[in-house]
Amino acid sequence: MLQIIFDSLSLGSLYALGALGIALIFGVMRLVNFAHGDVIAFCIFALLWPSTDAMAIVFAGQLPWYLLVPLVLIVGAGLSVLCEITVFRHFRRANPATMMIASFALGFVIRYFLLMLFTSRPKSISLLPMLSQPVEIFGARLPLLQLITIVATVFILIGLSLFLRRTRFGLEMRAAAENFSMARMLGVRANRVIMGAFALSGALAGAIALIFGSQTGTADIQMGASIMLMAFIATVIGGLGSLAGAVLAGFLLGAASVVMQVMLPVDARPFRDAFVYGAVILVLLLRPQGLIAARGTKERV
Amino acid sequence: MTITNAPALAPALTAARKPPRFALARRTVITPVLLSLVILAIAVLTVMTGSKPFNQAMIDVFLRVTLVVGLYIFIGNSGVLSFGHIGFTCLGAYAAAWLTINPMMKKASLPGLPGWLLEARLPYWQSAALAALFAGLVALVFGRVLMRLSGIAASIATFAVLAMINTVYSNWQDVTGATSSVVGIPIVRTLWPYAIVAVIAIFVAWAHAISRSGLALRAARDEPTAAAASGIDIPRERLVAFTISGAVMGLGGALMAHSIGVVTPDTFYLGLTFITLSMLVVGGMSSLSGAVLGVVILSALIQVLRWLEAGVAFGATTFALPKGLQEIALGVIMIVILANRPAGLIGNREITLFRRNRNK
Repeated sequence: MLQIIFDSLSLGSLYALGALGIALIFGVMRLVNFAHGDVIAFCIFALLWPSTDAMAIVFAGQLPWYLLVPLVLIVGAGLSVLCEITVFRHFRRANPATMMIASFALGFVIRYFLLMLFTSRPKSISLLPMLSQPVEIFGARLPLLQLITIVATVFILIGLSLFLRRTRFGLEMRAAAENFSMARMLGVRANRVIMGAFALSGALAGAIALIFGSQTGTADIQMGASIMLMAFIATVIGGLGSLAGAVLAGFLLGAASVVMQVMLPVDARPFRDAFVYGAVILVLLLRPQGLIAARGTKERV
Repeated sequence: MTITNAPALAPALTAARKPPRFALARRTVITPVLLSLVILAIAVLTVMTGSKPFNQAMIDVFLRVTLVVGLYIFIGNSGVLSFGHIGFTCLGAYAAAWLTINPMMKKASLPGLPGWLLEARLPYWQSAALAALFAGLVALVFGRVLMRLSGIAASIATFAVLAMINTVYSNWQDVTGATSSVVGIPIVRTLWPYAIVAVIAIFVAWAHAISRSGLALRAARDEPTAAAASGIDIPRERLVAFTISGAVMGLGGALMAHSIGVVTPDTFYLGLTFITLSMLVVGGMSSLSGAVLGVVILSALIQVLRWLEAGVAFGATTFALPKGLQEIALGVIMIVILANRPAGLIGNREITLFRRNRNK
């Protein structure tokens, strides 16, 4: 039982962090960023030396953790801001579908860039190996990593909400998310806010890369995509643009996946994802605006 | 677009205002005809070169034309981005596989099929028609539920449909062979069936776009509130478009199965979804000409990049792009096109021979 709770919390954390990264950007510029998954993959590959071998040559991964973690976060933030400056800046007035396809094309570029350097073969890496020992809590044996994942996510969430509520920059960002043109008229600098959102979202991608990389012990070019899809769904179910909704829906999706894995009859288990997606459709039908509808996204007539 | 519907007017007056029959059809038919001529011209040129790899490449182009036009029928007319249509392509491809594989092979590889389907062995064009029907029916069922949604919620819901179809087809060992590929589908190597299907898709899209339902849907895309106030049942018109486009996607899927002879669930997932969507958006999302020309232009670009990757001789030196640069270049070119023409290459115009004054 405890095992299930921890499993769903740690899976939910990943989805929640991913959903936050997407919701932050959607909030300020109405862009559904499909390149997010590839930013995640890039962060993990930034630790490796370009090679085609199955065993990765870790070059930056051997740093002590107090250097490693900030490094990955900075890589994520840097790449994300770079994407903003080179690509998304030209799409400020484009319609959402165009932006979406542009972000997909950008993700495509990042993915094939990685592919060129590293080939498509998944590489085994040992990232922060001291985290894989099990610990015993309330009679359940859990990998230390799972615990750290959950704790780290909680800290990130608290930190982020403090940042958004207590600092001037956070205030500007929330204002921009609520009504972008109004915020601009009141003196919020649009480009700075958008770049801030991209930097935060990139840092979150770095965090996911670290957690996922140490959980699975592999670096795979495809790895960002699966998380990104779930995160994307979580963002929509949560109410696009609503950060709290994104986090809530991320945890819900994680819980739904884990619980269905356990509760479904054995014959139906391979079809688990079909049931999860069915549930997604149900939620959307019942609450098309999302669980927590963001202010400012309601349609005006 | 205006729908004049004024019963209070005197009969003589309404008669005078009523346009002649098929006026709209006659005015717009030049677009699908021109687009079909483009397709047929490409087909004739390909047959004249007689090169086999080129033939296969052009088959792929025609298949993508079919799929992207299928996408256009729903996305272009309703303005709702759908990520789920490749799911219907998957349904069509597997339906074609079920109907055409040799019964002996089917008994060994797909024993879970019902008896009548195990015995069935149809020629490819019959199976393609049935596959389209099947995909259209499934689209009707899903659409019945989903078309109430709009905007990004609808997009995600259609994506959920794609993911459901993919999960089921990747795991249902007895019926779909799970993730292993289903082999033994008769391969059709001549170009003409694919060209004809692409032309059929273009005409279906045109006929839908100028039908009452298509016009109503486009009105709802541009001004949802005004359209609803004028009595347009938006979910219903969307459902019509969704079903038709689902059937076209199924038809494309069936022919795709016949073009390579092998189907796997992962062929019909995110990769194909994004490629077809990109072609539609780069060409121009809300124009039939954009859908067709987007495919032709991007496919030509991909082909040129492939040649460059293979190496081109400039005088004495051979110039070749490093491996993998093809995709990167494609992505960059797409971004540049979209940044400069956010509405796509064609925008929302259609190609015609003469410019007419629309208010005449």
